[in-house]
Amino acid sequence: MKRTTIFLVVLVTLSLLLGACQPAATQAPAKSAPAATQAPTEAPAVEPVATEAPADNPVVFERSETLYTSGTQWGPPSSWNPFNGGGYAMGTIGLVYETLYTYDPLADKFAPWLAAADMTWADEKTMEVKLREGLTWSDGQPLTADDVKFTFELADPNGAYKASLNYVRLWNFLASVEKVDDVTVHFKFNETPYQEIGVFFYQTPIVPKHLWETKDVADITGGANEKGVGSGPYLFESNDQSRQVLVRNENWWGIEAFGKAPAPKRIVDIVNGSNNVALGLVLQGGLDLSNNFLPGVASLVKGGYGVQTYYPEAPYMVSANVATLIINEQVKPLDDVNFRRALAYSIDVSDIVENDYTGLVRAADPTGMMPTQDKYIDKEQLAELGWTYDPEKAKQILAAAGYKDVDSDGFVEAPDGSKIALKVTCPSGWTDWMAAIQIISKGAKAAGMNIEPDYPTQAAWRDAQLQGTFELSIQNEAQMSSTIFNYYNWIFQNPPTQEHVAAAQFGNYGLYDSPEGFALLNELGAVSLGDDEKLQEIASKLQKITLTDVPTIPLWYNGLWAQYSNAVWTNWPSAAEDANHYLPASWRGYWNLSGIQMLMELEPAVQE
Amino acid sequence: MRRYFGRKLLIYLLTFFIAVTVDWMIPRFMPGNPVALLISRAGLRGNAVTEMYTFYLDAFGLDLPIWKQYLSFWAALFQGDLGISIYLFPTPVKDVILRAVPYDLALLIPSTLLSWWAGNKFGAFAARSKKLDNTILPVGYILTATPYMWLGILLAWVFAIVLGIFPVAGGYGFDLQPDLSWRFIGSLIHHWFLPFASLFIVQFGGWAIGMRNLIIYELESDYSHYLEALGAPRKLVRRYAFRNAILPQLTGLALSLGAVVAGALTTEVVFGYPGIGYLILQAINNEDYFLIQGCFLFVVIGVLLANFIIDVAYLIVDPRTRAGMQGGAG
Repeated sequence: MKRTTIFLVVLVTLSLLLGACQPAATQAPAKSAPAATQAPTEAPAVEPVATEAPADNPVVFERSETLYTSGTQWGPPSSWNPFNGGGYAMGTIGLVYETLYTYDPLADKFAPWLAAADMTWADEKTMEVKLREGLTWSDGQPLTADDVKFTFELADPNGAYKASLNYVRLWNFLASVEKVDDVTVHFKFNETPYQEIGVFFYQTPIVPKHLWETKDVADITGGANEKGVGSGPYLFESNDQSRQVLVRNENWWGIEAFGKAPAPKRIVDIVNGSNNVALGLVLQGGLDLSNNFLPGVASLVKGGYGVQTYYPEAPYMVSANVATLIINEQVKPLDDVNFRRALAYSIDVSDIVENDYTGLVRAADPTGMMPTQDKYIDKEQLAELGWTYDPEKAKQILAAAGYKDVDSDGFVEAPDGSKIALKVTCPSGWTDWMAAIQIISKGAKAAGMNIEPDYPTQAAWRDAQLQGTFELSIQNEAQMSSTIFNYYNWIFQNPPTQEHVAAAQFGNYGLYDSPEGFALLNELGAVSLGDDEKLQEIASKLQKITLTDVPTIPLWYNGLWAQYSNAVWTNWPSAAEDANHYLPASWRGYWNLSGIQMLMELEPAVQE
Repeated sequence: MRRYFGRKLLIYLLTFFIAVTVDWMIPRFMPGNPVALLISRAGLRGNAVTEMYTFYLDAFGLDLPIWKQYLSFWAALFQGDLGISIYLFPTPVKDVILRAVPYDLALLIPSTLLSWWAGNKFGAFAARSKKLDNTILPVGYILTATPYMWLGILLAWVFAIVLGIFPVAGGYGFDLQPDLSWRFIGSLIHHWFLPFASLFIVQFGGWAIGMRNLIIYELESDYSHYLEALGAPRKLVRRYAFRNAILPQLTGLALSLGAVVAGALTTEVVFGYPGIGYLILQAINNEDYFLIQGCFLFVVIGVLLANFIIDVAYLIVDPRTRAGMQGGAG
């Protein structure tokens, strides 16, 4: 037996050596040494045996000065490039790089951020943005009109860089960006400004010209931008596989401008793991703001666990986007409006809301307008044309349109006698959506429509939309936005003529064709910012189309999942009258939707 | 000896080539398009989409004909280049793996080896001992049969949330910056213990049961009866039985150790422990060809290496292998 023991000892030593060979900075080199010297039953508190005594001045983040967040990052932080839209580390836009404006969806208001005041119009086609005085980058350089001009010109299709950034679309309307003086920028437009331009002024991060002008295009669009220099209230400090750490920028321009800095000295964002981990962290007080979807969080809010949500009652969460059943109008019988209408009547959304989501979401309005866009709903028309859950009505519509169960298998056949077998899909592992499509399938079957749930991988699910090979699917891409154009653009986008993947990336995957709708969408885009009357008029016409034609079926409003603890930080947003009404969100794109204002309002809890 | 290893080496090389080729092929046969997914996540619109699509295809070399991709894959591999992760763009796959794997090694190697050692000792000890057979072994059965996920969640819930003695998640405290300090090392161990213990418990049961059954089998064999008939002391008989029974267990150990690089997915999920397992899951979900490839490459190497080590170990622990080889050489 001795030999086996020797062999074991060799293996253990080998494992230690392997364990010790790690890249610097992310992990401590002495990591696995204590692991092996420890017998499995020993208490973990026992001091590890190491040959060299480590120095004893660890960097420890004081709990009372640190804000712990999670819900944004689904993998180790890998990019700090504000132009890497879906992959940048938490806070890259909003906390490190800043935008000219922010937009508060609940109040439906723009607020100047880097800009000193609201946008004004120098003439009909020239928009003027004035910057605040004394803006600086974290390396001490001033932030001026040059940086703003540089940032917007990066995407100019006729400019020096021609970078494919998402505001390249702005250049469809933009002729030039001009610097008037150090704090004044003129945006000269070719056409009457569109509804959609607003979003670019609260979504586009301003980057420092002096550091970015030497980069090549590939580096601008795809570079990791480690240790990036921004202008915001926080700086990138460190990161590893499971976290991103930001530290407060003590020289931030806003300290003077707003009279205060955000209270947390550090923000540590924890990479999402499983639900039970997020839940455990919330319960143990290790997480201050969790933007994870935690099923059943309602019982924590009610149960005295010190967990707070925006509303103390159902639906608990602010609505963030519309989960919609998207329909491929190119597939029989989904090309038949009667079938689509019958489907809309067959879905028991309240079952999804109450049982799948335990009341954490709201049922969507058939128009798909978010609660914040309520004023754009034509209520009279809705009462006349809208639908509700009504299986009998679904059966009637099917029967009237000639759908009959010919072979008595319990499911109807198409009027031409062909069998119907459809699939409704969502990505595998998205458990809330998986339960939802089971409910959809159940309702459809009860009304005689043979629709089965199916759960491909996320990539396959997405690919089916881009290739137009899906039949029915759930999507929630249309997020809350400063304009309803965003939502209608998602439905009424001109079907692409050439390559499917390129043009239909955002919406209308089913190639729904409605010349009238497309024309109305263009009209909607041309409405000047703030002309609500005109918007309502066009919205009403668009709603008439979506309600009669049923190109998509809005199901429920996905929540802005947010549960927070008052143990270390207080003054969180809430629906209560005396509280602030900003969005409690750390998601990408949400710091500029008043998330940053929420952060500025946080106060340290009084420690007893 | 040389012939023995020469033959083994050839088999290993062939296996490596085939396994790596399959590893390269499989993600590419999955339905879906990783670049399209990457772009949808970036929330791009309009013509930016087309441009970025071409940019990424080019960056990942996915616009080349498939046979060229395969050749350049091997060429890059020999230069130690595993490509760039799609899902963690623009981090090189090698960095992603090197950052994650140490956690797995530190967790899985000690738990596998210690549970193997303790499990075998205990199994051998318990075999044919009525009291232990009737008391502790059933516990082993229960432990091995318990769904690991459930056991893990139970441990996390009791020790982390109810009792609060261990942390809920992470490789070390979320309030620490890695450095060589007692506090940091303490935090590493503190976070390491619960995942380790859960793995140890489950594996221990498995090894113990296996060993117990093997010992009983050996004790029933002719040589044991012969020894007993000769009047050999019970202890000696059992020792011979153990030496024979350990061989299949050794092969089992090789397989477990080889897969160590693949991490322990459920452990990492339940305890929010950093490691490669969770990354592999994410890579598959995101169809990250290069990360999947890279991870499984390490698994292939790990399994082959472990098998090789066991081949050597057999020479040491099983005199018959040595004898056979000498016979072959002579």
